[in-house]
Amino acid sequence: MRRSVLQGLTVNGEPAEVSFAPYKTLLEVLREELGLTGTKHGCELGECGACAVLVDGEPRLSCLTLALDCAGRSVETIEGLARGPQLHPLQAAFSDFGGSQCGYCTPGVIMTAKALLDKNPSPTREQIKEATAGNLCRCTGYQQIADAIEDAARQLREEKK
Amino acid sequence: MKKRFDIVGKPRRRVDGRSKVTGALRYADDLFMPRMLFAKLLRSPHPHAVVQEISIESAKKHPGVHLVLTGQDFPIPFGIMPVSVDEYPLARERVRYVGDPVAAVIAKDEQTAVEALGLIEVSYRMLPPVSSPEEGLENPEPRIHDYGEQGNIHRNQSYEFGNIEESLKKSDLVFEDLFFYEGNTHLPMEQQASLAFVDPEGKLQISSSTQNPHYLHRQLARVLQVAETQIRVVATPNGGAFGGKCDPGGHEFVVCKAALVLGRPVKIGLTREEVFYVHRGRHPVLMKMKTGVTKDGKLTGMHLQTLLDGGGYGSHGPASTFYTGVLTPVTYHYPRFKFEACRVFTNKPACGPKRGHGTPQPRFGQEVQLDKIAEKLGMDPAELRLKNVTKADSLTASWLKVGTTGLAECIEKVVAMSGWKERRGKLGKGRGLGLACSTYMCGAGVAIYWNKMPHSGVQILLDRSGSVIVYCGATEIGQGSDDVLAGLVAEALGVEIGNVRVVTGDTGITPVDLGSYSSRVTIMAGNAALQAAERLRSTIAGVVSETLGTLPDRVVFSQGKVFAADQSGAGMTWVEAVAMAEAALGTLSAVGSYSPPKAPGKYKGAGVGPSPAYSFSACVVETEVDERTGWIHVPKIWIAHDIGRALNPTLARGQVIGGVYMGLGEALMEEQSFRRLPEKLSGALVHRAPSMLDYKSLTALDMPEVEVALIEDPDPNCPYGAKEVGQGPLLPVMPAVANAIYDAVGVRIDEIPITPDKVLRALERQSKRVGPDSFPAVPYPEPTFVLPPWEEGDGEETKRDAKTAVV
Repeated sequence: MRRSVLQGLTVNGEPAEVSFAPYKTLLEVLREELGLTGTKHGCELGECGACAVLVDGEPRLSCLTLALDCAGRSVETIEGLARGPQLHPLQAAFSDFGGSQCGYCTPGVIMTAKALLDKNPSPTREQIKEATAGNLCRCTGYQQIADAIEDAARQLREEKK
Repeated sequence: MKKRFDIVGKPRRRVDGRSKVTGALRYADDLFMPRMLFAKLLRSPHPHAVVQEISIESAKKHPGVHLVLTGQDFPIPFGIMPVSVDEYPLARERVRYVGDPVAAVIAKDEQTAVEALGLIEVSYRMLPPVSSPEEGLENPEPRIHDYGEQGNIHRNQSYEFGNIEESLKKSDLVFEDLFFYEGNTHLPMEQQASLAFVDPEGKLQISSSTQNPHYLHRQLARVLQVAETQIRVVATPNGGAFGGKCDPGGHEFVVCKAALVLGRPVKIGLTREEVFYVHRGRHPVLMKMKTGVTKDGKLTGMHLQTLLDGGGYGSHGPASTFYTGVLTPVTYHYPRFKFEACRVFTNKPACGPKRGHGTPQPRFGQEVQLDKIAEKLGMDPAELRLKNVTKADSLTASWLKVGTTGLAECIEKVVAMSGWKERRGKLGKGRGLGLACSTYMCGAGVAIYWNKMPHSGVQILLDRSGSVIVYCGATEIGQGSDDVLAGLVAEALGVEIGNVRVVTGDTGITPVDLGSYSSRVTIMAGNAALQAAERLRSTIAGVVSETLGTLPDRVVFSQGKVFAADQSGAGMTWVEAVAMAEAALGTLSAVGSYSPPKAPGKYKGAGVGPSPAYSFSACVVETEVDERTGWIHVPKIWIAHDIGRALNPTLARGQVIGGVYMGLGEALMEEQSFRRLPEKLSGALVHRAPSMLDYKSLTALDMPEVEVALIEDPDPNCPYGAKEVGQGPLLPVMPAVANAIYDAVGVRIDEIPITPDKVLRALERQSKRVGPDSFPAVPYPEPTFVLPPWEEGDGEETKRDAKTAVV
């Protein structure tokens, strides 16, 4: 099959010129063409949230997003979150509070949480649960994920002071 | 044992934490290699059929296809248990469930492989499918397998510890109840994936999402007829497993075979739907429980009968069948105990081990029945349990050795935390509290295949830089086994945890560890690691003691320093001590290994159930039940877990809450169930919900707050006293939910899951109960009769009535 070339795609702040078959999902292009395997697939049907990335700042299920639809858009994945060698407060909090056990859902949850905190720096516990309700996790029971997001929110607010 | 710990007991970031939050950790499906090909499996659309002919010619000719494999390429069967080797990587003459793999295509990409699957023609001759154990018992023919006890019975077990009829007859009250526990599946977030290739030396390597690289290694050698020395199995970090990645999978043999034939890397990643077919999850179990009790609430004996729906293959079935009985008497003292268990083959995906392996089902029945007993006797359910808990260092009627137990303390703790005494029965209409308890093994006492070698081995290598490398076959499945190993070794050697690197789950490099199952890793790999670390410590102490001006056994290793216990002199750094020892003795390394203690029971079958230690849990669940809709809301759960010692409390709490989460999902919604298609559509038995959307599990919004108490009474058999925490905390949740629903609205739902429709049905019924109402006639064999320890038994099988003591 003829490959399409996607121009004007920004991934983690850098322009990415990439070619792929036109039916490829954003998940496949990220993982297979760009080598960004931090974004996981868990169901390929939009059921689990493991593939969540940010497209123009909004959480999107990359398994249901055609890569071609991302022309001219900015995609953020887990690989672009750390600040150089320093972990982003969400990443640090997830490791310190046990928000990540097997780690497979973690990139999707963290990216979803980032979108939440970008919009709402002081979410309530209930708002955190609502925002992450589309991300299934089989290990943690979600409690330590919410703890981690609350702590990261606090951290990020401190930074802004 | 050290009195003050540097690392143990202090909450900290797990050693693999950073790699997980940065997306840097490579799971099996994240591996890519140059010239890699992709495999896809063709699966049977029929639950039970004879494979008459497979035509693969067109598929082979499809552009981009490199290889097509069928059952003919795999003449040798596999099976995780030596007594149930009944499965082929690709089915040969027979398919036994919808989803049984029959052929594989290896192509340049997944898309091409999928296209070629459509070109394979299989002609099937349909056989009548067996959809339930009852059907299997009624229809011995056609047999799903040509081995087993008889007809479609795979496995029968029957044990009697003291004359049970006699003790029931002498009881003031006898309770007889039927319970049913529907099957459910692991649903790990990571679908199984494997990558096989021939390494530069010409040896086969597979990187796979497996919990048990050692067992997979042995099975690969057997099925592929390749020497074990020519195969290397690397267990990639599992994205959750919960027992679902214990069995070798057909796909693992396929990619290995293809890599050997083609000389190119071959990868497979199962789809979510396929993961539901691979299954090996919770057995559906029907139970009959007869329990005797005195008027003042002393248990006198239990007669338990179970009937397991095994699915199409043996898997861990013989062990699963045992586990529906053997751990039942570990929580409470039953002077006599009898269990009869039967596993029947059916034409559904094979069941196997899921978190709690075979024990959540009888535990559910036992704990709900205790609630009924307490009500009848007018006793507080917590008091009834406290009255009957097993004592530390006691034996059960079945000769299991209960070592340390914190069960009574767990019960007292959740009673206090939940306000049980003040709030129970006073929460108002539709609200209730329920309590239940459980126990779990800290590792199975025997290996899956008979051998006298250690269950776990560890090698530690020291470097003059001060770094410590720990090699162990244990597999990180998300539970934190790498962190346990690093933490224990760092503690023992008194170094920063950052100085320790763990290399695990690689049969090409690491000493054998049997695998991440039966909650064995912390205890077994942990003890092996401590033995190795202690050997290194005494080696180094022997060299440096003179310089330190003390005796070798007075040398202390702590916080990167090595010094005399009386703190005289300056001491030296860890790096200086290692350099001095290396200069004196050469390269520094030590091994350690662990074998569990011998079990006291000597009768045939006594090998299943013994464990170096048992963890205990107690749980209180609060429910709100809407009587108009049957809707069940769980606002809060309190749980106390007797962990011996929490090595890393962050992880320990995570395991407890995660176990509660999975238990609550099983209690309320998770169901691996099947339905028959209409006859005109084939009449096939199909999975009701082979997707994450249809297979319901709890989301962040459904999950209540969980309050955790860790009860720490160090167990002498465990590393620094640490018992298991991966499986135990799941187990009391389901019965606690059922008991809380009864407390809320007065209905008994004697089956799992407890869904709103069942609550409504029970509310409408006079009996106020939903649950099984009959138990079929099962041809259980004559039991193996063993006298309990207090009836002068010796742990051997004996003739019935050789001695009948009065209970």
